[in-house]
Amino acid sequence: MIEARGLCKRFGAIDAAQDVSFAARDGQITGLLGPNGAGKSTCLRMLYGVLSPDRGEARIDGIDIRGETSAARARLGVLPHAAGLYGNLTARENIAYFGTLQGIGPEALSARIEALASRLEMHDFLDRRTKGFSQGQRVKVALARALVHEPGNLVLDEPTNGLDVMAIRNLRALLLSLRDEGKCILFSSHVMQEVAALCDRIVIIGGGRVCADGTPAAIREQSGAATLEEAFVRINACGGALG
Amino acid sequence: MRAAWTVFAKEFLENFRDRRTLISALFFGPLFGPLLFGLMVSRMVDQSIMSADQVLTLTVSGGERAPGLLEFLRSHGVKVKPLNLSASGARDIVRRGLAPVVLLVPASYPARFGAGEPAPLYLVADSSDSETRKIAARAGSILAAYGSSIAQLRLQVRGVDPLLAVPVAVNDLDVATAAGRAVAVLGLMTYFVLFALLMGGMYLAIDATAGERERASLEALLTLPVPRAALVGGKILATCAYMAISLAITLLAFVTVSRWLPLDRLGMSSDFGFTTALAFFAICTPFIPLGAALMTFVASFTKSYREAQTYLAAVLLVPTLPIAFASIYSLKTKTSLMPIPSLSQHLLMTSLLKGEPVAATDVLISASSSLILAIGLFVLTARHWRRETILG
Repeated sequence: MIEARGLCKRFGAIDAAQDVSFAARDGQITGLLGPNGAGKSTCLRMLYGVLSPDRGEARIDGIDIRGETSAARARLGVLPHAAGLYGNLTARENIAYFGTLQGIGPEALSARIEALASRLEMHDFLDRRTKGFSQGQRVKVALARALVHEPGNLVLDEPTNGLDVMAIRNLRALLLSLRDEGKCILFSSHVMQEVAALCDRIVIIGGGRVCADGTPAAIREQSGAATLEEAFVRINACGGALG
Repeated sequence: MRAAWTVFAKEFLENFRDRRTLISALFFGPLFGPLLFGLMVSRMVDQSIMSADQVLTLTVSGGERAPGLLEFLRSHGVKVKPLNLSASGARDIVRRGLAPVVLLVPASYPARFGAGEPAPLYLVADSSDSETRKIAARAGSILAAYGSSIAQLRLQVRGVDPLLAVPVAVNDLDVATAAGRAVAVLGLMTYFVLFALLMGGMYLAIDATAGERERASLEALLTLPVPRAALVGGKILATCAYMAISLAITLLAFVTVSRWLPLDRLGMSSDFGFTTALAFFAICTPFIPLGAALMTFVASFTKSYREAQTYLAAVLLVPTLPIAFASIYSLKTKTSLMPIPSLSQHLLMTSLLKGEPVAATDVLISASSSLILAIGLFVLTARHWRRETILG
């Protein structure tokens, strides 16, 4: 469970987040939807603990994320917006580095890397240096890195950016299977269709505020629009006015 | 602590696979200094040997007007080369480098010499050339010796004790130890040592900070339940390891190079062997964490690899300043200077090379001041990494 409770963040004169509250539940995929610059990344960064909110708090399974060694961090896997790899390390070494820093012993670690490599179909390039990997291969390594400590919660910031159709399908399948295992998944996107296809619950953000929060059907109903896209446009107009 | 070790091992391995880091840390940095040093010293040795052993050849114009002088020159081992030149002709051939120095005996010389008046002589030389300056000085001192011998004869003839004309007798007592004369060269050597030391860690310090940000791997790293101090500590330790390797290679290169150099002919003690190299290593070791922490600190504030390179190039100059200062003011090893990093290491190494005794307390003060500063910089860097601005 990932909870945002009244998160506020200001950068100079810009209110990037104003009293953002929502919850992403276990066994659900929650989509954080909003146009570019709406404050999605700022919210996610506060949730995964690299930005500290001016007010409010972020909780993972009820534990405050603040503090360098917070137990919340061990319960969370993160795929940031630009998930860079270490080019001179192999895919396996990249994953193992994060696993070791999460405190996993060497034997358990190699077993988990094997399991992830099978699940993400990475055996072809597992022992190659990641310099020169395709975007699809990079995202797989970054995902494995985020999942290596078997977190119950997963945050992904625009994970489908730069991926081709096949890679997006594979990612969707992976997220759905992770959900079915009971994990809590929160991801951001500015692509309507993607969110509609995947999410159990949608949080729409505009101008640093939560504009709508509910199941796709509830959001359509609430805005009185026939399609989710139409609802998104109407709700965004509201967010723009607020922001 | 385990996390710091993990970070250390990863940074060490990653940079070991990076050709740029490897070449600058283990090749250019450590070998460039000793090679340049070897070339410069062997050239200096060649020059000093050449001028001491060479027969002085002096082109003399109008020598037939001063047979006594010519006789004196020949008896002092000067090879006289007679040539008839006007005053402007003499200037011309010296300027064109055809003769290094020309002695002109003008037509008025015999008459004035006979009358006991100061007889004119012209020594034409080009003082901007260090080679001919030496020859001119030698010629000048032989001519002065001739003048004073004539003066003594004249006084004796007039019944005056020639000693009356020598009111003081100045004796030069040179207290320089055998090795003390080549301080400029030594300053160069300690500079190369400190330079290679910093160079060894520079690329790793950049890669582990600005590089991590530029690759966009930093954000994921910061989500982990690892104290930021452990991340920074591991990165600084890895930088230290490369610096130590670079220092060891540099010192081994100096040991090898100085075997081929006749350092004793320059008045330096020639035993730059493994013992001296080990002592150098010990003196420089406390400077390693200081340099590593300083470079990591500076690079942590930069946004990109390129920006970090620019700033760290300036940091590489930092150890030169005290060394330049030391040679301008010819500073000697003093306890009051020991708290200054890089200067104290330079002075201690120079003392060792000159064969002077080195006080244990001085080494201790130098080491602890460097280490205290290193810890201070580490704390500041870790504090900066705790801020969210580290994401850039």
